[in-house]
Amino acid sequence: MITKDSVAHVADLARLSFTDDELEQYTSQLDEILNMVDQLAEVDTEGVATTTQSVHLENVMRADVAVAQADLTPILANVPTHKGTLIQVPAIIDKEED
Amino acid sequence: MDFFKNDLSALHDQLASGELTASTLTDETLAAIHAHDDVDAFLALNDDAAKAQAKALDEAGTFASPLAGLPIAIKDNIVTKGLTTTASSKILGNFVPPYDATVIEKLNAAGAINVGKTNLDEFAMGSSTENSAFKVTKNAWDHTKVPGGSSGGSAAAVASGLVPAALGSDTGGSIRQPAAFNGIFGFKPTYGRVSRWGLIAFSSSLDQIGTLTRTVKDSALVLNVIAGHDDKDATTAEQPVPDFTAKIGQSIKGMKIALPTEYLGEGVDPQVADQIRKAADQLRSLGATVDEVSLPHTKYAVPTYYIIASSEASSNLQRFDGIRYGFRAEDVKNLKDVYVRSRSEGFGPEVKRRIMLGTFSLSAGFYDAYFKKAAQVRTLITNDFAKVFENYDLIIGPTTPTTAFTIGEKVTDPLTMYMNDILTIPANLAGLPAASVPAGFVDGMPVGLHMIGKHFDEQTIYQVAAAFEAANDYVAQIPGGAR
Amino acid sequence: MNFETTIGLEVHVELKTKSKMFSPSPVSYGAEPNVNTNVIDWGYPGVLPSINQGAYSLGIMVALALHADIAHWTHFDRKNYFYPDNPKAYQITQSEQPLATNGWIEIEVDGKKKKIGIAELHVEEDAGKNQHEDDGYSYVDLNRQGTPLVEIVSKPDIASPEEAYQYLEQLRQLVQFTGASDVKMEEGSMRVDTNLSVRPVGQDHFGTKTEIKNLNSFNHVRDGLAYEQQRQIQTLMAGGAIRQETRRWDVDKKETILMRVKEGADDYRYFPEPDLPPIHVTQTWIEKVAAQLPEAAAKRRERYVSQWNIPAYDAGVLTLTKEMADFFEATVALGADPKLASNWLMGEVSGYLNANHLELAQVALTPAHLAKMIALIQDGTISSKIAKKVFQEIIANDTDPEQWVNDQGLIQLSDPAKLTPVIDGVLDANQQSIDDFKDGKDRAIGFLVGQIMKQTHGKANPKVVNQLLMAEIKKR
Ligand SMILES: [Mg+2]
Ligand SMILES: [Zn+2]
Repeated sequence: MITKDSVAHVADLARLSFTDDELEQYTSQLDEILNMVDQLAEVDTEGVATTTQSVHLENVMRADVAVAQADLTPILANVPTHKGTLIQVPAIIDKEED
Repeated sequence: MDFFKNDLSALHDQLASGELTASTLTDETLAAIHAHDDVDAFLALNDDAAKAQAKALDEAGTFASPLAGLPIAIKDNIVTKGLTTTASSKILGNFVPPYDATVIEKLNAAGAINVGKTNLDEFAMGSSTENSAFKVTKNAWDHTKVPGGSSGGSAAAVASGLVPAALGSDTGGSIRQPAAFNGIFGFKPTYGRVSRWGLIAFSSSLDQIGTLTRTVKDSALVLNVIAGHDDKDATTAEQPVPDFTAKIGQSIKGMKIALPTEYLGEGVDPQVADQIRKAADQLRSLGATVDEVSLPHTKYAVPTYYIIASSEASSNLQRFDGIRYGFRAEDVKNLKDVYVRSRSEGFGPEVKRRIMLGTFSLSAGFYDAYFKKAAQVRTLITNDFAKVFENYDLIIGPTTPTTAFTIGEKVTDPLTMYMNDILTIPANLAGLPAASVPAGFVDGMPVGLHMIGKHFDEQTIYQVAAAFEAANDYVAQIPGGAR
Repeated sequence: MNFETTIGLEVHVELKTKSKMFSPSPVSYGAEPNVNTNVIDWGYPGVLPSINQGAYSLGIMVALALHADIAHWTHFDRKNYFYPDNPKAYQITQSEQPLATNGWIEIEVDGKKKKIGIAELHVEEDAGKNQHEDDGYSYVDLNRQGTPLVEIVSKPDIASPEEAYQYLEQLRQLVQFTGASDVKMEEGSMRVDTNLSVRPVGQDHFGTKTEIKNLNSFNHVRDGLAYEQQRQIQTLMAGGAIRQETRRWDVDKKETILMRVKEGADDYRYFPEPDLPPIHVTQTWIEKVAAQLPEAAAKRRERYVSQWNIPAYDAGVLTLTKEMADFFEATVALGADPKLASNWLMGEVSGYLNANHLELAQVALTPAHLAKMIALIQDGTISSKIAKKVFQEIIANDTDPEQWVNDQGLIQLSDPAKLTPVIDGVLDANQQSIDDFKDGKDRAIGFLVGQIMKQTHGKANPKVVNQLLMAEIKKR
């Protein structure tokens, strides 16, 4: 049973916000979906490898060759606000670099 | 131009002989869409660029390529340089890509003409195209019913004769299910057969671009152009690309076909099941053997899929943050506001639901029980297929448990909507090529016969699908409402 | 109460490649904002990453230099978090199975050697840069986005700020000698995050740790850790508790300042990157990289001592940086006497660099010209005194020393036929000095030599002058 609080926590991780009514609704829908998902628990997966890619490939790599940017104009045209070639965002308060 | 009577080969012959010009064909196609898109298949038309491209082709007079001068519609989650690409989301409402998807580059190089972008469920999440932020597309056979999804716009456009071919994308059935609902041929190639560069990612390990056409051969002609390894997509295979039309027309005598018991089980409409049994008999009459087999983990495909697809989606869709492109909420107070409000206002409810489910499945303390568990069950589902393919060339079943449902009927009930994909999802989880072939009607609505092949063995599907197509007259039947 | 300290270091090192880790954009510094980017670096809808094999090979090289076990099978993972300099809102990194594990670095503190373990090394992409301006906005430059990094995580073996300092010194040197990175703190090609905890001696679990950011040099790391160590001990002694927090080193105040208290662990929702197939590092691949691995500093030091009789101390100085060691070896390879080359590099060259705050790479001097100058000294063409003049010219302008010595007329006067008349003249004019010398006043000879040098404008070869002078005095 997923709680409203944990749904709110997940929303925060996902940078989404909900009204209280929406939160109720998402909680009950997610709960229903997770109930359906919980039937996976009955499958014995002891020692079963995970599949994260369905067709096996390995070492698909490129050589270290640099290719210069063709044109920044159409990219800057999509930026909601920019200054020169810099992307403008509201001030970052927490100035920690990750 | 009547795309019911003329397939791609016929049109190609007319262009090559000079009987028809690319400009005439393009003008007529665009005019017809403008006048008769009563299914609301298109989000945007590519009028000027398409006409210019047609004119250039006419002037050069080069129609050697089988697709030169032929109109094609593109699902709007495939990026097109200079042409707004929205994935049917408000968050990309104003997004103009500065680059072309690889499939678009290949179609351009082959001379095919992109006439416009088709509607879909927002970010391809859905089975009815009702989750579009912009419009609800209708089923070509009954406008009160859904066209399926998420490639509903592409399917309805082809089924109602607006274009001869369209590209779609298929993550859990998004090409095959709308093809089945609209009575056309939908094809999802092997994962890694077609480059995903420029396909706006929903679930990276499941997404695959494919075709929606009326005939089997038309699909093969389009796949011939778009298939192949791409240096820009590390998940495309270095596999030789055969001529996918080569086995079309060959006899299927001796072909070993499997029909999983689970595919005709609980939840499948008995009338749909009957059509599929009839199809199996028809394949037998063509010389194939059809045996019942078991794919025991089938019932776990839906939960497995929703965890994996939603987890990947939650990560893929984080880039839509209002910073670099797309929608940014007005009057934001601070940085977190840019994220939270742009995303909350920019995404629709189904997209948010999947982001929530995916974020939850990956979050601390739940990863093992959800994401990891699903990735393990995915292995078991894949192994089921491998076992059957040791003895069989092809697997068949219904594409969908029912025919097209009514608009609005399931949209408020996500779980019922999800169960609708139970038959198509397994092929995505295992990366297998699969198609939906028209297989008759139930109460006037089309039924699709699902075919699943071995990895990179698209040819067998084309061969059997073409033999089946030739053995009945389903392809000749067209929606009553269509012109 | 006695406390013991545990320090963890996470070091990010930028790998020296032409293109980025997952996109073919150029890697370079100082370009106009966002010019070295493409749609991949911007995290555009529909783009896909592709792995830079050259970068991964450099990662393997670093792992080899740090004696780590390289994983034969690995893959990339996504680390999810929202930040303006992180355009996809996930970083492609390695989490489940990193490039390598179990490395070590040997350090020496107070004459005692100690091995510090390395838990893991992983390859990942760098973020862009946020600039903060006082107009109420921040600005994002994605030029750095996607630069290949290797992150090196220490085991909890470091027990003091001094050990941390030595670990970083050794790490920097080991990596620098591979050539895989410039490893320069001041340019950001080496970045250090630290955490520190203290616990009463005998307590079996670690104390609560704090992180320190904004450490821009090894000295700051040492000072910051020393301050934090004291702060934590004093807090505990006063009956307080340590909170899990991130602190910032304030260079001016010389103290760590609270940035934020951590509430619970971050939740990065790691999962395998579906867009990139796994990497299979074969033994052949490792051997190929190992064959290209340049000789480490320690090996070079041993060789300088055994092969060229360079004193151990000097060998240590010559191998402080790869640039210096490479320069030295190249000079010797061109025929210069190793001892003389070493003296010049440690003396005049280092003096010049320090005085002008330059690095070897920034001056015009080449091994070829240094070697030539040393040859000119050895064959008597120029005096050591003149050589200092020549040196100023060749280090600043990379002039050919032979050419320059000729042009400037600085060639040493060694021909007796030319020197004898000068010596005779000086002796004729200084009978008193001859007398003084014969009376046992050795100093008088210095005066005479000085007079000869003066008359030859310093060009006379002192050795030849001495011989000729002594012979002539004896005759008088
Ligand atoms: Mg990392
Ligand atoms: Zn890192």
